[in-house]
Amino acid sequence: MTDVTQSPSPARVGLPRLPKSRSLLNAMLGLAILMGLWWLGGWAVADNPRLFAFSNFAPEPTLTRLWQMIQSGEVIEMSVPSLERVGLGLIYAVAIGVPVGILIGRAPRVNEISNVPFQFLRMISPLSWMPIAVLAFDTWDGAIVFLIIMAAVWPILFSTAAGVRRIDPAWLKVARNLGANPFHTLFVVILPAIAVDILTGIRLALGVAWVVLVPAEYLGVTSGLGYAINDARDTLDYARLAATVVVIGIIGFGLDAMAGQLIRKFNWVRSDGH
Amino acid sequence: MNVTNAKDFAAAQQPPVKPRSTPVLGAHVAVKSLSHTYRKSDGRVLETVDFEIGHGEVVALLGRSGCGKSTLLHMLAGLTKPSEGEVVINGNPVREPSPKWVMMFQAPSLYPWMTVAQNAALGLRFGRRSNEIATRVPEVLSLVDLGSFADRNAQELSGGQQQRVALARSLAPSPEMLLLDEPFSALDAFTRRSLQQDVRKIAKDLGLTLVIVTHDVGEAVRMADRVLVLKSNPGRIAEDTKIDLSDDERNGGSDAFAAEHTRLMGLYSRVAEIAEMPD
Repeated sequence: MTDVTQSPSPARVGLPRLPKSRSLLNAMLGLAILMGLWWLGGWAVADNPRLFAFSNFAPEPTLTRLWQMIQSGEVIEMSVPSLERVGLGLIYAVAIGVPVGILIGRAPRVNEISNVPFQFLRMISPLSWMPIAVLAFDTWDGAIVFLIIMAAVWPILFSTAAGVRRIDPAWLKVARNLGANPFHTLFVVILPAIAVDILTGIRLALGVAWVVLVPAEYLGVTSGLGYAINDARDTLDYARLAATVVVIGIIGFGLDAMAGQLIRKFNWVRSDGH
Repeated sequence: MNVTNAKDFAAAQQPPVKPRSTPVLGAHVAVKSLSHTYRKSDGRVLETVDFEIGHGEVVALLGRSGCGKSTLLHMLAGLTKPSEGEVVINGNPVREPSPKWVMMFQAPSLYPWMTVAQNAALGLRFGRRSNEIATRVPEVLSLVDLGSFADRNAQELSGGQQQRVALARSLAPSPEMLLLDEPFSALDAFTRRSLQQDVRKIAKDLGLTLVIVTHDVGEAVRMADRVLVLKSNPGRIAEDTKIDLSDDERNGGSDAFAAEHTRLMGLYSRVAEIAEMPD
């Protein structure tokens, strides 16, 4: 009976890293391919008499329009309300997802009870809550934030729970042995141990929330990127529509890169360590 | 130098001694008819175990796997509650873990997101003694010869160094007793040797009571003043013997060491054979 707590340290891995110059070169190559395909598509559309009306989707009119929109401040104007909605939705999703995730990860019983309902709810497209959200909330903004929460809460919750389950039990034993109270255990051991799991969840949630945002903004509101897309379509301003699509992509990419930076900062696994 | 009174004069005569360690009175332990059963259906892990450990004594609990020695240690630490009987430390029954007696495990289990110094400070932080961290942590780190490693990440250290940090972490709250659960068995022979010597020396210098669980006869002879040999099924103390060696004899390959090793090995094998016999 060696009940010595010699559990192997959890399988956490360092983030893969390519040499900087090479990864940058490959990123540029990928971008060039994407631009090339876009240009080819634009060229094909312009060449086709049936689709000629949509030729403003091509890179040149789009980027020209985008430049005008940046200079006029229109880009900022349409992005800020969207970012506010996503930000608010994410804050709520973290406030719900992290505590519930920790609870599920710590208490197997809670996990067993909640697993089926949560998996069930998770698989429902957030947008299918739209009619209910519209009924339940007084404002369009409230309904949109609700839809974002419904999309963003799951990755945060499940990632947090998975992180908690991978905590080395010896870390908790050491804490107890040194006189830690539950408050210490949470803030000195559990939260730092799972910081990266939480941030990974937030990064995934950010991706889903950003995707859900645009169709959610087709709802009643008269601001935001989703509204801008809808409005451009109705006014047949295809260059503006395509430019808005580019803005959505760039902001989404930027948000994801920021989340990635945060994860790198909080990742305590040293790949060069033992 | 302009000396105005006697106190200043005395201070001027003696250069300020770097406070390396403040001696404490090691804990006194009384184990009273301790029995333990994990589950009703299983047999007894420990049966009516009685012994005492004096202030500042170094005691090894020697036995094979399954003799309940680790369970016994967890009870001394207050991490496991005995089914019957009690552990009394300095006259008070043990009911829960306390910073006055700290357990060290086989794995150092440092928090990998912290520096060496932050890890060493944990006991003080948990004990709401954060004001002592600035003085106490450098003290214990130099005690375990890791003074220059304070700001390194815990993961950058070797296994032996990590176990030294774990030792510093245990010493920081100035405990009266250290409980070691085979803490060196994962280390290579050379590192193990030096840690065994250092831990004994630190415990003796500070006056700490030390209880070591081990199945290694050599470790018991090198470290302990007294060895309790446990037999299994159920766990009981079969032998209680003193190791009468000087520190030099413990460390070198002296004849006296060899004789004690042979003697203890004899006791240990005999007890182990008893354990294997069916009732």
